[in-house]
Amino acid sequence: MDTTHTDMTKANKRKYALEKFSSKLFLVCALLSVFSLVLIVGFVFYKGATPFVSGEYSFINFLFASDWVPSEDKFGIWPMIVASLYATIGALVIGVPVGLFTAIFLAEIAPKSVAKILSPAIQLLAGIPSVLYGVFGLAIIVPFLQNNLGLARGQSLIAVIIVLAIMMLPTIVTVSETAIRAVPKAYREGSLALGASQIGTIFKVIVPAAKSGILAAVVLGLGRAIGETMAVILVAGNALIVPTSLTDSVRPLTTNIALEMGYAAGTHQEMLFATGIVLFSFILILNFVLSKLSKGGQ
Amino acid sequence: MRQAKDAVLRGLLWASALVSIGVLLLIVGFIFYKGIGYISFDFIFGDYSPTGGGGILPMIVTTIYTIIISLVIATPLGILAAVYLQEYAKQGRLVNIIRFATESLTGIPSIIYGLFGAVFFVATLKLGMSILAASLTLTIIVLPVIIRTTEEALKTVPQSYREGSLALGTTKLQTLYKVILPSAMPGILSGIILSIGRIVGESAAIFLTAGTVAAMPDSIFSSARTLTVHSYLVTQESGDIGLAAAVGIVLIVLIFFINMTATFISKKLNKADF
Amino acid sequence: MTTILHETTYTQAAPIAMERGYKATKINVDKLNLFYGDKQALFDVSLNIQEKEVTALIGPSGCGKSTFLRTLNRMNDLIEGVRVSGDITVDGENIYTSQDVIKLRTKVGMVFQKPNLFPMSIYDNVAYGPRMQGIKNKKVLDALVEESLRGAAIWDEVKDRLKTSALGLSGGQQQRVCIARAIAMKPDVILMDEPTSALDPISTLKVEELISELKKDYTIVIVTHNMQQAARISDKTAFFLNGEVIEYDETDVIFQTPNDSRTEDYITGRFG
Repeated sequence: MDTTHTDMTKANKRKYALEKFSSKLFLVCALLSVFSLVLIVGFVFYKGATPFVSGEYSFINFLFASDWVPSEDKFGIWPMIVASLYATIGALVIGVPVGLFTAIFLAEIAPKSVAKILSPAIQLLAGIPSVLYGVFGLAIIVPFLQNNLGLARGQSLIAVIIVLAIMMLPTIVTVSETAIRAVPKAYREGSLALGASQIGTIFKVIVPAAKSGILAAVVLGLGRAIGETMAVILVAGNALIVPTSLTDSVRPLTTNIALEMGYAAGTHQEMLFATGIVLFSFILILNFVLSKLSKGGQ
Repeated sequence: MRQAKDAVLRGLLWASALVSIGVLLLIVGFIFYKGIGYISFDFIFGDYSPTGGGGILPMIVTTIYTIIISLVIATPLGILAAVYLQEYAKQGRLVNIIRFATESLTGIPSIIYGLFGAVFFVATLKLGMSILAASLTLTIIVLPVIIRTTEEALKTVPQSYREGSLALGTTKLQTLYKVILPSAMPGILSGIILSIGRIVGESAAIFLTAGTVAAMPDSIFSSARTLTVHSYLVTQESGDIGLAAAVGIVLIVLIFFINMTATFISKKLNKADF
Repeated sequence: MTTILHETTYTQAAPIAMERGYKATKINVDKLNLFYGDKQALFDVSLNIQEKEVTALIGPSGCGKSTFLRTLNRMNDLIEGVRVSGDITVDGENIYTSQDVIKLRTKVGMVFQKPNLFPMSIYDNVAYGPRMQGIKNKKVLDALVEESLRGAAIWDEVKDRLKTSALGLSGGQQQRVCIARAIAMKPDVILMDEPTSALDPISTLKVEELISELKKDYTIVIVTHNMQQAARISDKTAFFLNGEVIEYDETDVIFQTPNDSRTEDYITGRFG
């Protein structure tokens, strides 16, 4: 029995038509993020892969050669890869423990009244433009290193590491504090009732229970550190050498792109896109490893 | 032994907290200390002159342009995308792909967005280095933020509202704009406000797409610099820390108000959550 | 056409049916099966619901009575993976082959377990449905809102605060405004899904009185876990168990001389 068309009122027919149209429209909007991602990956990879696809340049050379002299047609980003890796790892080594411990302090040890003021203040600092961290680094950290370590120039790997570590602090503190606070009270009480000390409870029970949230904090902090550009330019020194000590001037991948995009053309520009691909892959790999880690921990 | 270990760990917790809070206070203090001398009516509302000093009105105007343009585009698109994901989509592969894409966009560093904007909006679409090219790039940057916060807001709308409305013979669309979206509005608004923070704080992507012209923009097709980019450039080019810090004060105050508004609105949301 | 389903109970119920006069069939359900994905929730349910009567659906929780109720205005469509087979007709029209679910839901209204008024004024809540149908005339809406609120026996309590938030009312008042909101659509049938389970005893009593009043104009199908309530207010009662209708008859029969031992066990409180 098909009664659909005979007794459906005109108004309702219009409503159904609108319904169909709107759901299509919403789908299109949702697909836009897929479209954007494809477009971004497509353009960056297309541009960046051009010199290698044509066979003029070797991608292996690009990755592992140490000379970057665009005017002589030499494009090797090994110094930048090393700089990015060292800077990121260094920032994590300092930023994660300090940030995590601060989060534990705020969630578990600090008096409520203190935490109530500090937590939102730190959250606010997560929103401050990262450039300002660079300005601070250039004005305070760089001269400090210069004077106290007897360097010719204070702009160095260690300056980058310190600035990035400070920059990722608010993110790591805020996200891990939320994770720690989300651990059910019963865990705490159960452990304390068994005679564990407060500190023992924190490190044996609460931190492991909040592990996945803490890992998320690390991923976010890491993302900020490895992707940061402008703040890093100000304190890195930007020299094209493979750093051998913490006091060497460095040029991470991001800063290379920002410094030269303004005037690069032709193959030089394509090589900057290729640098972008490497950066991109870096982040994908790191996120992948960390998400595996967090899944393994659950 | 155990007590000694506990004491050491406790000491470390205190030390870490003191260090991080101290450092963060130091940064804010430093920026205010260095920059406050520059702050004046002329500084904020004066036009820029390259011969030293100079007001930051052009940068404020440029910043406002980028906020407005990118939000005007990203807000409706993001909200409707979230509506699709939460209210219309059947769970399955397509939704997984969309979610994966949205998450991936969140993880892309801004310099990559800058590269993309430079090749796509600036060169391919021939917009040139301009406020528009930067704003379109920013649109993609904030799109996932708006999608995610809107999705969260839609999740808080009780299912009983949807049922109550549909049982009265309304369509999904009517239910959406009469009941669901109004209920989710506080959450959506705080997402939009967070996006403003993201736009204001952005530097690398804008640097590569809007250029660095330090003058009042004639139109959205002009090259110009935002406050954040200005703060970077005066540091990098002239080493004028005081001026950069003064711009920093404006930025921090701005971010402060943006955050206060977001907190205020989401508190309202909780109150409405009877 | 007979008003009674089970041949065996016909003789017992016939005098009562005659006493109350002939009632036409409003909803006819024939061999209804419902699946959530692979899991079957309703098995060959057949029921015949009469016009302007209160039909109560009782049974232990999870027996399928609410699921069944929600098939009558196709609210189960909202849940992913629900499949339905069999026929349901309202006024002789098959509601699952017709695609006009808007029309169905304006004809078959629903009141939910918990009051679910929207965060708007009382007036806007009651006027919501008619407005969505395109009624914009303020006089018409004013009249409709008053009529509906009077019909739900809540007018006197709210007439001075129509423009204030509906969420400021007590639970019992909210539920009666929900009923008013349903009445405002001028439906033929009102489905009620445990409408008093979230209310205090006094509010429950008010809603029950209201239901008895409403059946003069509407066909009412009510799910309830409260057997006294079913006994007090319903004309017919269907006993559901594990997705099947075990027994369906005049309420007096179900509660006094049930045919099936399982019905008797449930009624007397041996399980549930």
